[in-house]
Amino acid sequence: MSKFKKKSKASQDIPTSALPDIIFMLLFFFMTTTTMRTDDIKVQQRFPAATQLSKIEKKSLVSYIYVGAPKETSRFGTEPVIQINDVFAEPKDLILYVAKEKDKLADYERDQITMAMKVDKEAKMGIVTDVQQSLKDANALKVLYTSIQKRKDS
Amino acid sequence: MARDRGTPEVNAGSMADIAFLLLIFFLVTTTIASDKGVSLRLPPKAPDTQQNEVRKNERNIFKVLVNSSDRVLVNNEPMTDLNELRPLVKEFVMNYGRDPKLSESPKDAVVSFKADRGTSYATYIEILDNLKGAYNEIYAANVGLTVEQYLKLDRKKPREKKMYEDSKIGRDGNKIPMSISIADPTKSGS
Repeated sequence: MSKFKKKSKASQDIPTSALPDIIFMLLFFFMTTTTMRTDDIKVQQRFPAATQLSKIEKKSLVSYIYVGAPKETSRFGTEPVIQINDVFAEPKDLILYVAKEKDKLADYERDQITMAMKVDKEAKMGIVTDVQQSLKDANALKVLYTSIQKRKDS
Repeated sequence: MARDRGTPEVNAGSMADIAFLLLIFFLVTTTIASDKGVSLRLPPKAPDTQQNEVRKNERNIFKVLVNSSDRVLVNNEPMTDLNELRPLVKEFVMNYGRDPKLSESPKDAVVSFKADRGTSYATYIEILDNLKGAYNEIYAANVGLTVEQYLKLDRKKPREKKMYEDSKIGRDGNKIPMSISIADPTKSGS
């Protein structure tokens, strides 16, 4: 009897010392594959699908412009708006924004600045055109229309 | 008695909890980077006074127009199926002066794309994607790759970079520029 009891006691606790390792592995995976969310996005963001995608070569050269209908429709209406940093903006504000973003870069990189336009697919070209006109005024000519990979079959 | 049994152990049971806490923090505060998209170079701002002074020969311009109800007009003819666009652009660019209606050489060819203010952004991207696709098909064919393989070329690797550069050289030895010109839109739509 006593012999039997002893045996069952020995197998009772499960070794959990390897658990932190597994969790750390997951943690490192998420740390490396994700980026910090810098802006609090206040507009709808559903991107159109496209096939000819190019990747951003250098992250530091990219600045973001968000366009879409506001999420809080009761306060801001349903018309698409432009968001830069954390606030809604007018097309003319982009000139200052581009100038500020260019100031953050080194001299030789300034003309390579890329504006990533994160435009909701429900938006109309009118507002996109206004943004592009401002970008032309601000002399930031490289744009990237953020889109998702289109499935082959569709 | 207890002292000689086994090696001393650090209690690591709560380590998992700490790691979990960090893991959840990162899960909540981060987004998976979606930095892929259709790249484009905008035309520089035209001087106000002398606009359209430099006129290209009419045959070298491939015109794509979209109106506010997303109807497409290609070289003044309506197009319903956008899949027809790619072969047309390819034929136009790679004409090398054979057909008097199409471009003289890839160097001179310009694809002009004009949207209306009321055009939906989705249509705009779809057409732009097709125009870029046509050029990428030409480039990919130059180095004997499929478009998928071509788009995956990593320009940091010397061999693939060379392939990328070679792909842009046409058979007459001149570079084939991707001249997609975004014209200022018409103001009719809303």
